[in-house]
Amino acid sequence: MTAETADGREGPGATPRDSTALLQTKGLTRHFRIGGMFSRSYLHAVDDFDISIGERQIIALAGESGSGKSTVARLLAKLYQPTSGEIYFQGKPLSAVRSRRDVLRYRGEVPMVFQDPFASFNPVFRVSHGVQRCLKLHRGELSAQQRQEEAERVFEAVGLTPAGDVLQRFPHELSGGQRQRVGFAQALALRPKLILADEPVSMLDVSIRIGLLNVMAQLRDEQGVSILYITHDLASARYVADRLIIMYAGRVAEQGPTEEVLASPRHPYTQLLLSAVPDPRAPLGVGAETDRGEPPKVIDPAPGCRFRWRCPLAIDECQRVTPELSPLAPDHEAACHVARSGAEVKAF
Amino acid sequence: MSSAPGNDVIGAAPPGDAAGAAGAVLSVRDLSVEYIMEAGTVEAVDKVSFDVDPGEFIAIVGESGCGKSTLLFGIAQLLVPPAEITQGSVIFKGHNMVGLTDKQLASVRWKDLSVVMQSAMNALNPVKSIGAQFADAMQAHGVTDKAQIADRSAEVLKMVGIDPIHLSSYPHQLSGGMRQRSMIAMALLLTPDLVIMDEPTSALDVVAQRSLMAQIKELQERLGFAVIFVTHDMSLVSHFSDRLMVMYAGRVDEFGPTRQLFDSPLHPYTIGLMEAFPSIRGPKVPLTGIPGSPPDLARLPPGCRFAPRCPQVMTRCREESPGLYHVNGTLVRCFLHDQRGEVGE
Repeated sequence: MTAETADGREGPGATPRDSTALLQTKGLTRHFRIGGMFSRSYLHAVDDFDISIGERQIIALAGESGSGKSTVARLLAKLYQPTSGEIYFQGKPLSAVRSRRDVLRYRGEVPMVFQDPFASFNPVFRVSHGVQRCLKLHRGELSAQQRQEEAERVFEAVGLTPAGDVLQRFPHELSGGQRQRVGFAQALALRPKLILADEPVSMLDVSIRIGLLNVMAQLRDEQGVSILYITHDLASARYVADRLIIMYAGRVAEQGPTEEVLASPRHPYTQLLLSAVPDPRAPLGVGAETDRGEPPKVIDPAPGCRFRWRCPLAIDECQRVTPELSPLAPDHEAACHVARSGAEVKAF
Repeated sequence: MSSAPGNDVIGAAPPGDAAGAAGAVLSVRDLSVEYIMEAGTVEAVDKVSFDVDPGEFIAIVGESGCGKSTLLFGIAQLLVPPAEITQGSVIFKGHNMVGLTDKQLASVRWKDLSVVMQSAMNALNPVKSIGAQFADAMQAHGVTDKAQIADRSAEVLKMVGIDPIHLSSYPHQLSGGMRQRSMIAMALLLTPDLVIMDEPTSALDVVAQRSLMAQIKELQERLGFAVIFVTHDMSLVSHFSDRLMVMYAGRVDEFGPTRQLFDSPLHPYTIGLMEAFPSIRGPKVPLTGIPGSPPDLARLPPGCRFAPRCPQVMTRCREESPGLYHVNGTLVRCFLHDQRGEVGE
């Protein structure tokens, strides 16, 4: 694996490099050893993952469970160390961020918002406690008065008003939607550049999901924050995200501007995902009905496309060669041999 | 407690007909379920009535805490204290299920009525193979012939698209989708007339979810059992259910043919729910969702329970409780559609 990622894959197949990118990954790879103590089997959770996140951008990372999306978030949050590859934040490699002070600063600039708003708050403290602690730890220069003002400012920014009142509540007094807003407010208090949001709305009721998606768009537009929005819901990704990355079995299957990817999906997997989204306003498609497959557990894989077992278009090359991401339209890439050959891809 | 008339049921028998509507496989009448606790009583299901015809697919949608699962458990007689049925009847194939003993219920369960739970992981026994669990259910209902058990088990597993070789597999060896499919296979072992499903697909991915839905629908049409399907995701059932019930804060807010509900929703809550889903293909428009959150069932607002969040609220809504009104074959609990009274201000 390492040999494959070491060369950085520059050239026609490489991701367009944006020198002004806020965060970039190059050949980011994470393997987990599985099985017993002497096992030499490795689960390839993330392989050769190249993405680039700009300023003031919402990037949606979509895929089925087990596709590696949460592992990506944890790698970016420095909770996991990459097996190989590198993450560049504002042009600097993350492997050089080592000292406690630097790590703390990085975590303040790239905070995380978690999926479950019912499990991520300490029930015995008022919600102001969490924000205050963030502020004390990351912005020690503020006085108590300034901390209170800052806490109120971020609560108002996410629509928790009156902020002074909400700050004094306990988590159980807030609804799921409000708690998730508190999560974003805490992240915002750190003056972040990029918020890693791992399925932030999937536990919320449908009637309040939209409100939170609107908060995310507002944070981008008014506070200039970028957000990595991890989701399995393509419709919500379309609603809020500027760019869309489709992940399958640890690799990027397709990426590009959201509207473009969804309007003309080039990877068979993207087409399958799209056909499975229930849409009461559209007639029933037939694609997903015939599909019985599941994402493979990628343990010590041989080369080849990881989608080939489910792909109706798979050709001989797909069995032998791992497809690289290749540009198919400006800023739109897919990792598919059939799409790269210029053939029309209509799998589902 | 409210003025909600209990007799407004689509295709229902006249009020007071305890046996339920003729021909229906299940008739729920004025069913109320309360959680009786020291701190007070919470009415989770408030006088819900409906009929299920043989072979019909009924979907019940609502947000968490609206009482949809409690209603299902009330129908299946699976409630445990502090939940209790305080009123109403559940007539299944002519017999009232409310008040039956466990022993009497045992003869009905699996055979005539089966339940598929949300989490197959927890519903299957982790230390028994799938086949052994299937055999258990059949033996409990008097099927003792080993060959017959093996044949039928393989048959139902094939029906849901799983290789019968997995009869000897343990639940942890199957994927989430396969576990949920084998739960459905198990529910079909003894050819029940009614299968009750509580969010069977919510733990699955979109692709698996979609293929499971198509499979349930196909089996239902082929074998002719009726389905009550509870979900929080309205768009999921849009192409599969015959009738759709929208619940809010323990009550039926709207109930009618699925297509009609999607094409011309009547209740402001239903309209709000429809507009809360971003579309994957249609025009991209800013959405607002529904402001506020569902009421605490222990502290319900007076009048209409949706009034505090309703964009079309009238003075009357805050004072009186609306009944269920008939509008073109749909039932809707909203004063906007009260033809008998004055239409608000």
